Amino acid sequence: MAETTERKQYLTDELRSQILALAPRYPTKQALTLPALHLVQHTYRYVAPEAIVEIAELLELAPAQVLDTMTFYGSFFRTPDAPLGEYRVWVCRSLPCCMCGGEELLDRLCTRLGIRPGETTADGKATVEAAECLGACELAPCVWVNGEVCKVDSEQALEALIERLR
Amino acid sequence: MATDFEPVLLANVGVPDSQRLEVYRQRGGYRALEKTLREYSPEEVVELVVQSKLRGRGGAGFPCGMKWKFLPKDRTVTYLCVNADESEPGTFNNRILMENDPHQVLEGIAIAAYATRAQTAYIYIRYEYVRAYETLQQAINEAYEAGILGERVLGSDFSLNVYLHRGAGAYICGEETGLIESLEGKRGWPRTKPPYPAVEGVFRKPTVVNNVETLCCVKHIMDRGVDWFLSIGVPADPNNPRDLGSYGPKLYCVSGHVNRPGCYELPLGVPCRELIERYGGGVRGGKRAKAVIPGGLSMGFLKEDELDTPLDFNSLQKVGCLGLGTAAVVVFDEDTSIVELLHRSCRFFAHESCGQCTPCREGTGWMYRILTRILHGEGRIEDLDLLLELADSMGIIPGTTICGLADGAAWPVKTAIRKFRDEFEAFIRSGSRLTAASSGSAAGEAS
Repeated sequence: MAETTERKQYLTDELRSQILALAPRYPTKQALTLPALHLVQHTYRYVAPEAIVEIAELLELAPAQVLDTMTFYGSFFRTPDAPLGEYRVWVCRSLPCCMCGGEELLDRLCTRLGIRPGETTADGKATVEAAECLGACELAPCVWVNGEVCKVDSEQALEALIERLR
Repeated sequence: MATDFEPVLLANVGVPDSQRLEVYRQRGGYRALEKTLREYSPEEVVELVVQSKLRGRGGAGFPCGMKWKFLPKDRTVTYLCVNADESEPGTFNNRILMENDPHQVLEGIAIAAYATRAQTAYIYIRYEYVRAYETLQQAINEAYEAGILGERVLGSDFSLNVYLHRGAGAYICGEETGLIESLEGKRGWPRTKPPYPAVEGVFRKPTVVNNVETLCCVKHIMDRGVDWFLSIGVPADPNNPRDLGSYGPKLYCVSGHVNRPGCYELPLGVPCRELIERYGGGVRGGKRAKAVIPGGLSMGFLKEDELDTPLDFNSLQKVGCLGLGTAAVVVFDEDTSIVELLHRSCRFFAHESCGQCTPCREGTGWMYRILTRILHGEGRIEDLDLLLELADSMGIIPGTTICGLADGAAWPVKTAIRKFRDEFEAFIRSGSRLTAASSGSAAGEAS
């Protein structure tokens, strides 16, 4: 039986056109899955179940296909009660950084912000996560903040980082 | 030998505004592409790259020209995928190239696309490389405006579109068929081969996947010639019929406990010790090295007395390592706990196993749990043989997995236990555990 209840559109028209503007780059619509998820997360700071359904509709896929892809990757946030903070902070824990104090740095940063790794501060400012090699080993121990990478190997550097996240 | 080497791949790094097209052109940029389009057919370019004996810089060292030659002759559509998903722990040379010299990367891409008759190139770049992404996007825009990309490249009959495609945080997508699946919008599960990508790759079409540094080498081979390339590096070992030689310059990443971590360009075959001492500035605090990763974590460990090994495609197997890998050298000083080192290595691979093949999915997790137990003072001597048995039974080499991630997980285990067995045994026998500070954050991670 066809249901006629109107569902409110979740993705904005602008977001839809941003996603579809990339379509000529690929011979299949499914290839737009990661670009679409990135755009949605960038806009809403997490990927809502409604977004998954609407991305699937837009790309002529089953929602399960989009969900399957999304949950394979480490970059996406899914829960509305814990969206990504304004700043996403990755502290590298792979060997070069780990052996130069990366894990202690993660502990100290989290303690100072009053959160555990993977959590977001109460004011929604910063989400801090442990990361695997960020490809900036010459800056060990390194921290990634919204795409910028810096070396945090001293008290002053840690203070400067915390100041930035307030 | 390496004393007077003039950088080629890194020649523009540090030049003011090196990212801009104008600067790149002033320094001889796109000369190789112009010459290629004017003087050579695509088949001739493939032949030159075959003659140069260029081997892939991404980790496996497969001959680049041979990869291109595998493309079927009767193909109508070809895709070039540029592997910029650099994620091997310790490796950052692709990032340096993309952030500082994006047009060099694009010139290499354009030449490779011409040679393979690809009209579309996707640069699959890891999500974390935001600055590289933005720098490349700007360079791509400049190149389109200047007629270097798009319809009729530099006025020739060759057309090429280049698109950036961002990953989303999965180590496995650096494996070429994992990358292809990911590009198609799926989970990055490596494919069973055959068919190889050259026959059936992305969107089921013939596809070449090349690393960023490999493509930069292609540019210089076309610019300076095959003989120049063959004059650098190490010839094939006459005693090893399977060695294909190690020619050309290589970007070595040096990190860990050294005074001057960084990316250094040297001829293939530089001895590990020379790289650490002369370029990396030696071990920090005047200490001795205890263990060194010679080519990214997957390659395993060298001991101090093995540091004279040349960093080329042939020598590292002789000292028990998997190979040259990405040539990322990570140095650990004499105070480092090898138990802790291996525990963190196992944590990485357990986290990054994609879960497709049982021996890898279960084996990496099992090895991590054993190491966690040992680290917490609850290890047994027989755990060491159990770890070796696990390591020996997972991977492409024993023939139990689809891709090489499991071999990469196994090699640190094999080399650490075989080369530092005394330390593991002493650690287990003493019943010691590391202090809360050093194992605390590890304990919460056993997910």
